[in-house]
Amino acid sequence: MIVADRKPLDEILEMVGDANRILVSACNTCVTVCLAGGRREAAVLASQIRIHAQEAGRTVEVRENCLERHCDAEFLAELAGELEWADVMVSTACGVGVNLASEVYPSARIIPGLNTSFFGATDAPGRWLEMCGGCGDCVLHRTGGICPIVRCAKSILNGPCGGSQDGKCEVDPDTTCAWQEIIDRLALQGRSAELEAVEPVKDWGTSHSGGRRRRIVDEVFQAEGEGEA
Amino acid sequence: MTAQAPAEGMVVGSNLERVLRAGHFAVCGEMGPPQSCSAQAVLNKVSLFKGNVDAVNLTDNQTAIVRMSSIAAAKLILDEGLEPIIQMTVRDRNRIGLQSDLLGAAALGIRNVLCLSGDHMRFGNHGSAKAVYDIDSVQLVNTVHRMREESLLICGDGTPPKPRKPDAPWNNVPTPLFVGAASNPFGDPLEFRVVRLAKKIAAGADFIQTQAIYDLPRFERFMAMVRDRGLHEKVFIMAGVLPVKSPRALTYMRDDVPGMSIPEELVKRMEGAEDKEEEGIAMCVEIIERVRAIEGVRGVHIMPPMWEKVIPAIVSRAGLLPRPTFEGEPA
Repeated sequence: MIVADRKPLDEILEMVGDANRILVSACNTCVTVCLAGGRREAAVLASQIRIHAQEAGRTVEVRENCLERHCDAEFLAELAGELEWADVMVSTACGVGVNLASEVYPSARIIPGLNTSFFGATDAPGRWLEMCGGCGDCVLHRTGGICPIVRCAKSILNGPCGGSQDGKCEVDPDTTCAWQEIIDRLALQGRSAELEAVEPVKDWGTSHSGGRRRRIVDEVFQAEGEGEA
Repeated sequence: MTAQAPAEGMVVGSNLERVLRAGHFAVCGEMGPPQSCSAQAVLNKVSLFKGNVDAVNLTDNQTAIVRMSSIAAAKLILDEGLEPIIQMTVRDRNRIGLQSDLLGAAALGIRNVLCLSGDHMRFGNHGSAKAVYDIDSVQLVNTVHRMREESLLICGDGTPPKPRKPDAPWNNVPTPLFVGAASNPFGDPLEFRVVRLAKKIAAGADFIQTQAIYDLPRFERFMAMVRDRGLHEKVFIMAGVLPVKSPRALTYMRDDVPGMSIPEELVKRMEGAEDKEEEGIAMCVEIIERVRAIEGVRGVHIMPPMWEKVIPAIVSRAGLLPRPTFEGEPA
């Protein structure tokens, strides 16, 4: 899932500025699971905005809603009426949601309530860890299911670097060295010999260095699609 | 400009390569370029190295702190008759920048390069920089090796590109660089450190410089594993030593520098010493003597951080003078 963090209140208030009618729109998917932008977090943010306005002696109206998903235009249709009313919408969806809502409602002022961070999974209650870099050229079959692209601070394909000590990364002692994990995992699977081979340079052309990426399933796209190129 | 063909038995014919192939115990020293554009700051250090070492490492923005480029500093000392080894990390340049700088360095007469991952920018003075890490250090070793042996870039293009007509001759220009890589016998896991060394050799490394050695028993274990695989016969291994002049420097490395192993007895010894500089020199000379006795160690690499003036004393007291010279050696 996509993992995000709530932006600091001061930053959100600055973006909201002197708007009087504010819509806070939550997303019931990934950001609900990671406790960053679901119904409950949006309600807290709406209250904070109201309290701040009250303290500043201003009258504002804040409404809240929660869509099933912000990353699907079908669900965003619900926003039409609310956006007619609102001066500004604070989205507590991930960046995908903010992009898509802004595309569907180009004249609306939609601001991000979250900082979208990574693709990850719940590791323990209250903790999420990055798992995948979305590089478009998966190598996990060679690394025991451990992504060296994002789990190694230097994205090393022939690791570990000299800074790995006691299984920890040199960059942050709270971070496990991904290459120590890869070595241990392949040893567990009896595949240590595979690590003797020099891994060739990676093709980053499938990653985010070539501008916006797209995926097309021809038969569906030709039959129904029309979107932008 | 076409590079001069190396002498027989040499891949490049740099002074470092000649010293190593002739079977001498090689000596390298490390110079950190200044945190300014002062050429004078580089030139002021030349006399400390001249005649005391076979080649000088120029660090590449070490600890991710912005400094004069290693290639520029290397050219400055080359013009003074010192042989440079440029350090090159994969932290700041992608494959286009790296290969371009390799061509440029070789064009300037630089003949040795040490390929490194580089300290992460979080440790330096631009912690918010975007990381590059397009290729890793093992792949950089292979890149330089291929540019020299096959006159080919990563993309497969030749240097210069091959002619389009199939029968036209290809006047290829190899990039004459003696390829070095680092090895950290104190990083974990120990067993895999030897595997990674083997990978660097397979990728084309000609010489190795190790992380600073204080923990001799662990280094001896590492070298035994290296010999078990016969790796010491495939690459020139130079042991890294790092002289210090305070117990704080040792505890700092122990506590704050990743991948270092500092025995407690050395800290105590330094704490108890009256003349700390003298003790630091003595300790470094002892370590050099110990590593020199280990089979497969072909030289030493002295890295005195901001204390380059200690190099003549260490080299002299370790009995490493005079340094070998060769007939017909370029000045």
